[in-house]
Amino acid sequence: MDLTGAYASLGSDLGNAFSLVLLSVVGLVMVVWDSLRNDHRAIPWIGVAASVLAISFELLRMPGPAEKIFYGLMWAGGYASFVNIIILAATAFTLAISVHYLDRIGHNYGEVYSLVVFASAGMIVLGSANSLITVFVGLETMSICLYILTGLVRTEEGSVESALKYFLLGAFSTGFFLYGIALLYAATGTLYLDEMPAALAGGAGSEVLLWGGVGLLFIGFLFKVSAAPFHMWTPDVYQGAPTTLTGYMSTASKASAFAALVLVVYHALPAERWMLVLAIVAAATMILGNVVAIAQSNVKRMLAYSSIAHAGYVLVGIAAGTTAGYSGALFYLLVYTLMNIGAFGVMAALEWDGHVGQKQDLDSLAGIGYRKPLLGVSMGFFMFSLTGFPPLGGFIGKYAVFAPAIDAGLTWLVIVGLLTSAASAYYYLRVLYVFWMKSPEEEAAPALDQLMASPLSMSTSVVLVVCAGLLLVLGIYPGVLESTTLFFSDSAAAVAAIR
Amino acid sequence: MLSDFIPLFLSMVMAGGLALTLLKAAEIFGPKRPNVTKRAAYESGMDPIGTARDRYSIKFYLVAMIFIVFDVEVVFLYPWAVSFRDFIAAGEAGGVLAVVFLFIIILGIGLLYDIKKGGLDFDDLRHQREFQGR
Repeated sequence: MDLTGAYASLGSDLGNAFSLVLLSVVGLVMVVWDSLRNDHRAIPWIGVAASVLAISFELLRMPGPAEKIFYGLMWAGGYASFVNIIILAATAFTLAISVHYLDRIGHNYGEVYSLVVFASAGMIVLGSANSLITVFVGLETMSICLYILTGLVRTEEGSVESALKYFLLGAFSTGFFLYGIALLYAATGTLYLDEMPAALAGGAGSEVLLWGGVGLLFIGFLFKVSAAPFHMWTPDVYQGAPTTLTGYMSTASKASAFAALVLVVYHALPAERWMLVLAIVAAATMILGNVVAIAQSNVKRMLAYSSIAHAGYVLVGIAAGTTAGYSGALFYLLVYTLMNIGAFGVMAALEWDGHVGQKQDLDSLAGIGYRKPLLGVSMGFFMFSLTGFPPLGGFIGKYAVFAPAIDAGLTWLVIVGLLTSAASAYYYLRVLYVFWMKSPEEEAAPALDQLMASPLSMSTSVVLVVCAGLLLVLGIYPGVLESTTLFFSDSAAAVAAIR
Repeated sequence: MLSDFIPLFLSMVMAGGLALTLLKAAEIFGPKRPNVTKRAAYESGMDPIGTARDRYSIKFYLVAMIFIVFDVEVVFLYPWAVSFRDFIAAGEAGGVLAVVFLFIIILGIGLLYDIKKGGLDFDDLRHQREFQGR
């Protein structure tokens, strides 16, 4: 193999992968810092600073077209930057709201923050991959960090249970994923996503291998994004994990897995062959997530089913199979990240049962809106946005995924989506009803008084206000959606030109 | 063709011969002071007879885990060493050395973390108390 200039070109690509390199290095710095000064207060803020720096870099890179780096293993710039911004924002928000929360539950370790940063580095690899091996490496880096974070509160039975379930099922689904990669490689003879269409058009490989590979690959992806037949782990895992980290898992890891799925279906697999499969999965996911969420009394469990439902909405955009659908799905992921991090952040600030919220039902939060107005009002933003009310981001996000689906002829799917999101109003708005219109019960009073005595931390308030504000901006300023759509189709054109 | 394998066969014969010779030599020349523990079947330090659901120190688990991590990671050095000549031929020796040093530094950070968090302190009660305090 000709290796001349290999390291020079790798070195010059390091600048293109700035946020990935920065997060990896900062993660190592955090580990060293934690070794020398055990659980030092500064550790999370190093991660926040690095994420913010990386976000500003990616904002500069985003307007340009996406280009291949590291010998075509990854994308940088364009939509890769957009996905990285979602991941980095989720990381910064999670680190900021976790400090106070983990302090309160007595598990504020320095390792947590470096694991979050390492997981984010894995997500960046996953979300901007151009090779199936890169997808796999990113997926595993992310998942292993998340398994550990899920079982953080190891004295709590439910937490250990959720970590073990997540680990066993996650490892199992990874097996499916890897078999899918192997079969796809057998069918096409390449691991690079953008080379697959040419290999398929050349008639190489057998149909059976291709369909087997695509099926197994989709199972792996649908497991990670908790779509309907593969969603079983989600409620238990989300309920047992520490609340702020649940918010992180349900947003950043889903955003990066969806981004990788978009890259796979956009670059590698011709549209019409899998459209119906994804449409059926999307319909099942939306119906199941929304219907089961109605019956939940535990708030974290309700939010877990709601995140299943939102995976269904994103899949509607992807099932449309057009560039508008893909960019709509990516935009929806941005909105979804903001509102879910916010909702889990509010729940973390209101958690008082001492079991990472596993036993805290909705009624225990009665009348909280008057006692903690900031939490009550911001929860209003998040719940209305999750339901899809204008003028908030959730409305524009739903429009961005449903409109391309209608254009693609999936009207029945959009009808299912609209009906189920109408049903979701019941359980989202019930939270607000309990927050503002119900008076607290007597037996909850002592624990609540204790909660009231601890003030809301500055960082949590800032994150909640920023999330709510951004949702409002995304909802009333359509230029954001328009520019993301444009840059996606721009980079699509550029990709087509490179081909 | 077959003659290519003669060194391999030779080394196999030598390995087997050496092992048998040493065992026999130990039997002939070695001192014999048997006791119960010595005569028991070797089970990596566990009692070979009795219940397997016994309590043992969590340190064993920790050491095994650390061993697996460093053992598996160091295996990555073999493919690097094998392809090193190709990189020298391509004039990329500096780059490939830098990369492998980076890899070793990362491993070193893992070791630093392990030592500082007390993963290798078997008798230090300070770390144990800190651990239990959590």
